[in-house]
Amino acid sequence: MQATSERLIRLQGVAKSFGPVRALAGVDLAVDAGECLGLVGHNGAGKSTLMNVLAGTLEADAGEIVIHGERRSPYNVGLAHRLGIRCVFQELSLCPNLTVAENARIIHPKLSGWGWRKRAAGLIVAKLDEIFPGHGIRADDVVGDLSIGRRQMVEIARAFTVSDRPVHLVILDEPTSSLDSVSAEQLLSFVRKVVATGLGCILISHLLGEVLDYADCIVVMRDAKVVTSRPAREMTRDSLVAAMGDVGDERVVAERPSAVRRRDAAPIRVRVRSRRGGRHELVAHEGEVIGLAGLAGHGQTDALIQIYRSSRRRAADTVVTGPVALVPGDRQTDGIFHLWSIGQNIGIRSLKRMSRRGLIDLAQERQLAEDWKRRINIRTPDMTNNILSLSGGNQQKALFARALGSDAEIVLMDDPTRGVDVGTKLEIYEMIRTEAAKGRTFLWYTTEMEELANCDHVYVFRNGRIVADLASDQLTEAKVLQSSFEETV
Amino acid sequence: MLATLTSRRFLRSALPAISLVMILLPIFYMQPRTMSYFGLNLLLNLAIPIALATMAQMFVLTVNDLDLSIGSYVSLVACIGATWLQQTPLLGVAALLACIVVYGLLGALVHVRNLPSIVVTLGMSFVWLGLAVLLLPTPGGQAPGWIRTVMTLKTPMVPFPILAALLIGVLVHFGLMRSSYGAVLRGAGGNPRAVARAGWSVLRTKVTMYVMAGIFGMLSGLSLVGLTTSADANIALRYTLLSIAGVILGGGEFVGGRVSPIGAVLGTVTLVLAGSFLSFMRISPDWQIGAQGAILIVVLALRALINRRGSTA
Repeated sequence: MQATSERLIRLQGVAKSFGPVRALAGVDLAVDAGECLGLVGHNGAGKSTLMNVLAGTLEADAGEIVIHGERRSPYNVGLAHRLGIRCVFQELSLCPNLTVAENARIIHPKLSGWGWRKRAAGLIVAKLDEIFPGHGIRADDVVGDLSIGRRQMVEIARAFTVSDRPVHLVILDEPTSSLDSVSAEQLLSFVRKVVATGLGCILISHLLGEVLDYADCIVVMRDAKVVTSRPAREMTRDSLVAAMGDVGDERVVAERPSAVRRRDAAPIRVRVRSRRGGRHELVAHEGEVIGLAGLAGHGQTDALIQIYRSSRRRAADTVVTGPVALVPGDRQTDGIFHLWSIGQNIGIRSLKRMSRRGLIDLAQERQLAEDWKRRINIRTPDMTNNILSLSGGNQQKALFARALGSDAEIVLMDDPTRGVDVGTKLEIYEMIRTEAAKGRTFLWYTTEMEELANCDHVYVFRNGRIVADLASDQLTEAKVLQSSFEETV
Repeated sequence: MLATLTSRRFLRSALPAISLVMILLPIFYMQPRTMSYFGLNLLLNLAIPIALATMAQMFVLTVNDLDLSIGSYVSLVACIGATWLQQTPLLGVAALLACIVVYGLLGALVHVRNLPSIVVTLGMSFVWLGLAVLLLPTPGGQAPGWIRTVMTLKTPMVPFPILAALLIGVLVHFGLMRSSYGAVLRGAGGNPRAVARAGWSVLRTKVTMYVMAGIFGMLSGLSLVGLTTSADANIALRYTLLSIAGVILGGGEFVGGRVSPIGAVLGTVTLVLAGSFLSFMRISPDWQIGAQGAILIVVLALRALINRRGSTA
């Protein structure tokens, strides 16, 4: 580290909570001019929240943000832009209905007046040529017509364009996730080149090789905190993985009290061959709790949906025996009927059983609701209250009651404990355990490592493929991380 | 060359023009006399107020909202034009300005309270209509002379409605599609979060668009009263649906900020001509609305076809 290098930004004790969930618990971070900082961590470690705070799109609850040696408060997007901080967000932030040049104009307020289109086009195309030679993108292409990879190129190039204000710090959140290997290589060498000219850069990536090769300093986040911050040359793949999990501790996550079930004895309930190939196939036996692990969005939900679909319509690559119910994790959009009562929300999956001569038997519906209120302890004075009168955790319980109260023998769970408090989580685990003992099969996609401890068998997904098949006695956090971050290169 | 001509983007933008030609040719064939200065003037006279109302609707659609009150708003403006603006011009101008301000406030309300624009504007449509009935309980009134003069302008060579429609389309095209703030306005329809992240106020874009809708709705009402010379509280109620159909026919979409001012003008003209076309075909007026709907469905089906072809290619 050079003594002359100037400190660009310094965050101190930055904290941010979303309701009861702590996304950042007092984070310190510093970036110097001419430095590329790598930021790694498992899902939900707080990386994206931290970057949103830095970009000014989220306001921190506590802590201070110092930029160019000055404390900035209040801090917002406009100020971040004026201070030369640019962010390439993970979900693309281009307007699909505008052309490439018009999208460049959006972030440059000064790009107006006569001939702005030509100037915007020149700016963005020059930058694209510089970063991704041979990109094949024209300034008047409508962004919505471009492939996802090219959109990402436009977004990245746009972040580096300079009109009236200099760029000091560029945050790249998973910049290579939709780029092919050639463009990714082009981007990373470009980053090294501009960093040498005194720009600061934060590189967030799940590809540890990229971070190790291209960052000067690596910061590891876990559980809303920074756990390690060291020069990249002192780090290795293994030490990174260890830091993301429990440091140097090969603790076995799964310490199941119950005896490990003999897999082969029970009949098979679900068998899925992944459509994207891969060595392993997913098998679930009766009475098993199967964990689907890996980084978020690597095909776990798709696998669940594939299973759900083939329970209705036979598919060649999926075998499902028995009725299926799905417990969604995104309650508000996929789960609850906002205007219905708790009881109606629970009963919807069992209407066929409860109807008499085409009409719903209200007594039976009430019976079912009261039954489940008692069994899983939904905290409400009256099951005819609106579902939104419940807390998030209790809404989730109602969704469990919907699945468990039905005739389903196979229950698919799509990260069901998202945003649920700890007490309720424990109740849910208990509920799953009891039901599994009765012979129901659970397929459980979870982004939380500890929850895998409740599973009999875990499949790790990466890029839509199953890359590891771990029985509960071989399950360690390190192994799951290792296979989630394994690289194909 | 052939590749450009068959590209999805070109076909999509050419579709409004193609549908216009496809309706214009049979009209010329059946009634050659419509091909004259006078004939075109007669055919397209009413297209000007509808085109202006369509522009107003398009501004609101650009930011992913829908204005169900534009028809009754245009009626109210026509009533103001035929009464206050004629008798006490100062009061008339003040009333029109107040209407535009209300439009801007509606935009702010929809954005700040995150209300569905359909509900808000549906409610407002009754307010506008009620005000119009209060102002002019029975059809009547008289348009100010200067508006009538403008609307009955005899331009050399090309009939006034055609020139006016062209002017409207080109003006809005430059304002919305070519100006630098126009890009931000459309961006707010395409990806409001991205626009907000770049430091723009989404509230400001919404209010701007609603104010523009108010202004163009006002122009629509005044031009309408200039043509009809007297007003009626129900005079323009059908404009609400016509304007939406015009924007969609012209290549616009309900969400995503994809609009085309020139396409919308062409769409309006197509819809207006469709009415005459059906009369020439001796189809009774009872069937005309249904037939207009059928035309709309055919064009939308063609567009869906183009989009699908583009996505598989």
